Order: sequence, then structure tokens, then C-alpha cells
Amino acid sequence: MPSDSPIPLAVEPPDETLKVGKHVLKSRLIVGTGKYDTLQLMKDSLDASGSDCVTVAVRREKLYDREGKNLLDYIDLSRFTLLPNTAGCYNATDAVRIARLGREILRSLENPGADWVKLEVLGDSKTLLPDPIATLEACKRLVDDGFQVLCYTSDDPIMAVRLKAAGAASVMPAGSPIGSGQGILNPNNLRIILEYLKSEDPSYPVIVDAGVGTASDVSMAFELGADGVLLNTAIAHARYPVAMASAMKHATLAGRLAYQAGRIPRRLYATASSPEEGLITSRPW
Amino acid sequence: MITIEFNGKASQVEEKSTVADLLRLAKVESRFCAVELNLEIVPKDKYEAKSLSDGDKIEVVTLVGGG
Repeated sequence: MPSDSPIPLAVEPPDETLKVGKHVLKSRLIVGTGKYDTLQLMKDSLDASGSDCVTVAVRREKLYDREGKNLLDYIDLSRFTLLPNTAGCYNATDAVRIARLGREILRSLENPGADWVKLEVLGDSKTLLPDPIATLEACKRLVDDGFQVLCYTSDDPIMAVRLKAAGAASVMPAGSPIGSGQGILNPNNLRIILEYLKSEDPSYPVIVDAGVGTASDVSMAFELGADGVLLNTAIAHARYPVAMASAMKHATLAGRLAYQAGRIPRRLYATASSPEEGLITSRPW
Repeated sequence: MITIEFNGKASQVEEKSTVADLLRLAKVESRFCAVELNLEIVPKDKYEAKSLSDGDKIEVVTLVGGG
């Protein structure tokens, strides 16, 4: 069909890659590597997810239990960009310290993920909600230190604006608390975040991080206009993690495509799909 | 012998031990690790040269599964 055809092409619109800072990801789904029963199950799930970026945590080397293999024995570093995180940090100083250690490991692995970090500064161990003040402080310090910061935050639009202004490469609002599986509790806040962060900067990446319970939550995030989704527990703790990982992959593609395709407006009343003309039946009014 | 704090635990090592000696002793695969000595990161190419002193706090970290 010629490109100047007045008829819209009935093909899928091209799905551009997810760009975050200097990184270009083929998949819009970023997955965590925690909570799997076995490392092999994790590996199979990562494969099924279609993702090319995984987040990892920094912890003390287990010095007295060298039986277990290292996580990195199960991650193909030629395929996956690692995204080190600061999970478990409750103040800015610890988060900066952990981010630097993660960078040091990734530099020696020559993985491209050495220059970015998923910043997470928590305020409370029961809710795992972010400490906004400490998060902002840590974000500024890491940006000054040359990191591309992907910043976990609540779904507060004002905080999201502050984090972007502080130089975050991506703002990552939670759909609901980490690991809660409650999905996107406040889609209106997410809409506002997307509007505020993208109004003069449409390509600025907003990634929904945390709270996903099942595939429809992922699709919903993309349908709202999110650029990416980061999840872990929804796959790792599903009854069949590999199957759920595949579901998440398809939900990502479906949600993003639906967003690009442009949904119809919601209407209070019905609009008939069959013609009104030519009816041989009568109406009640 | 000197006493250092190695990943949160008091440990005895020979005097003039280096970071590299400690990693060999603990059978740590340094490819997957980063080392912090008294809150300062020790670059990999300094492991052989960096010697430990009594009271040093050393952390050896790696990557683990997380979200």
C-alpha cells in the first residue's frame, strides 16, 4: 500500500523502544529477581517475560555458606542490562552508599547498567512506602555523582515533579505498596503524574513500579500512558511463575498497543454496532 | 594477628594481610563483588596493594535477587 494512502493502514503502529537516560530497552517490562523458589525458576521466568532489563539488590557476600551459586550464574549478562537497586535503605546516606557499591560491581562485570540505579529509600518497614524527603535528598546526591536515577516514589504528583526537577532519569510511581498485589489503586494520580511530567517533555519516561498483582494491572498501566512497568512478586509468587511471566509479557504488549491505538471514549449510553437503517422490526418507543 | 570487622563479624587475620589475601581466605569470587574498607570503596586493581589494619571495617557485597 502506498505510504500516502488516505486509508489508515490496518497494521500495528511501530512500538518505539523504552528509553531511560542513555539506556534503550527493547521491552517495556522490567522485572525483579527476588523471591523465587529457585534460581532456575527465576531464569526461566526472566526468559518468559521477554524483558531485557532486570533489577538486582546489593547484599553482603555470604561468607560461611558458599554452597549456593551466585545469582549472576543464572543471568545472561549479554542479554540483560542489570539495574542495581537500593532496596532496604531507610536513609539517603545508605542509599548513596549502596548505589556506589552496586556501580562498582557492575563496572567490573562490564555491564552497561553500571551508570544507573533504581533508587528506593523507604520510610517504614510495614508499608514499604518511600520516605519522600530522604528520597529527594538521595536523588540529588546520586545525580550529582553521575548516576542516572530511576526513582521509586509514591503516586503523589507533586513529589513526582520534584524528583524530575532534581534530575531523575525516570520517575517510578508505585501503583500500590510493594508486593501487595493491589494493582493501580489511584489511576487518577497516575494520570496527573503523566500529564505533569510529559506536558513539555513527552518522551520523559514514567515507569509504574510496585503493586502489580496480575496481567491486567500491567495493561492498565500502559493504557494510562505509562512508559514501562517494573514488577517482581506478581511473577515470583504466582502459582506458575513462568506462565505468569509470559502473561506479563503479553499484557505489556497489549496495554502499550491499546494505548497507541487510542481507546474509545467512555459513554454513559450505548451506541449500536449494527446499522439503524433497514430494520424490519419495530421499536418499543 | 590483627582483628578486623569483616561483614559485621570480628575476624582475625595475619598482620600485613591485604584485601586480596582476605578474599582468597574467604573463598570469595571477586568478579561478582565490591569491597568497602572503612566506608571507602576499594577498586579491584587495589586489592593486592591494600593492606588491612587492626580495627578496620570491611564489607564485601555482591548482587542478590531483589525487586
